Amino acid sequence: MAVISTTLPSEKLWTGGKSPFNVEYGKLMMWYFLMSDAFTFGAFLISYGTIRFSSNGWPDPNEVFRSFPLAPEGIHAPLVFVSIMTFILIISSVTMVLAVHEGHKMNKSGVVNNLILTIIGGIAFLSCQAWEWSHLYSEGAWWGSNPFLNADGSQSSTNFTNYFFTITGFHGFHVLSGVVINIVMLIMTLLDKFEQRGHYLMIEKAGLYWHFVDLVWVFVFTCFYLI
Amino acid sequence: MSNTTALAEAHDNSTTKEIWKITAYLSILTIIELALGFWMMGLNSDSARFTVKGVIVILMIAKAFYIVAYFMHLKHEVRNLIMTIIVPLFLFVWFITAFLYEGNSYKNLRNTYDPYKKAQSSIKVSNSESSEHKVHSE
Repeated sequence: MAVISTTLPSEKLWTGGKSPFNVEYGKLMMWYFLMSDAFTFGAFLISYGTIRFSSNGWPDPNEVFRSFPLAPEGIHAPLVFVSIMTFILIISSVTMVLAVHEGHKMNKSGVVNNLILTIIGGIAFLSCQAWEWSHLYSEGAWWGSNPFLNADGSQSSTNFTNYFFTITGFHGFHVLSGVVINIVMLIMTLLDKFEQRGHYLMIEKAGLYWHFVDLVWVFVFTCFYLI
Repeated sequence: MSNTTALAEAHDNSTTKEIWKITAYLSILTIIELALGFWMMGLNSDSARFTVKGVIVILMIAKAFYIVAYFMHLKHEVRNLIMTIIVPLFLFVWFITAFLYEGNSYKNLRNTYDPYKKAQSSIKVSNSESSEHKVHSE
């Protein structure tokens, strides 16, 4: 029996000569980087949760995030704008998977098209966030300044705006760097770098980063806008 | 030769199918979350809102699973890689429990032993007044 078990592929992975994780070095390191980044975002969100749990009152997100671009000032449309932002990010994640998939097939034009769509999605998301930030700023919200009352009508502290701008800002910066990485990938694809290498593994690593940005948004969206 | 291309094509089709299936799942989960969010606005009882929030958190974790497992392809990696990523993340279980419990306990202690603070936080402010002066710290 022992002889049979050593011939199993999972056992063979540890006999040396190749990665026991069966992935390329760069991809493994991207996973470890993303894990450490997950702890960074986790620490931010847990700190937000701790402060929220320790406060007697907290602003109602449906009152704070109620506006929409080009809509009249007094409009009450909670969750509408942020759901558009969420769908933009999900769709751009899908086009990124498709780009990776086309890369497996060595289909250069497919990779280029899907990367362009992903970049457009990323820029659209950043534009939405820029509008939201400038709108909140125009209402008097910023780091150290909170014009919104608590849900029960009592005076709120600046914790809400501090956490909101820090965490969505940190996430937005990740989106921005993801867009830059995708643009670099697009240029490298257009210059036939990956055709020369014989594989599109670099697109997979950029894809992992991009999906992680989408993943973080799932948590930020839930923690700030929904609950 | 024709056999291998047919195989590759079948694999290609199944992968594309999986991508669209997961896209549909993620969209449906998001729509359910949003529907719950809208529905929650009309709820007055605290315990009902708390339950809906719990459901939303579960849906959020389901979405995270689909993104990591399928879009990031982790489900199809070897077991060693899956474990080296997932096992350290279990630290979050302790991390979240301990800190939220701590925050809640701090609130209860302060409300019990600092009546002034509690009285301050229950004063209602009118809307026009609050835009005049913004309080800068707790």
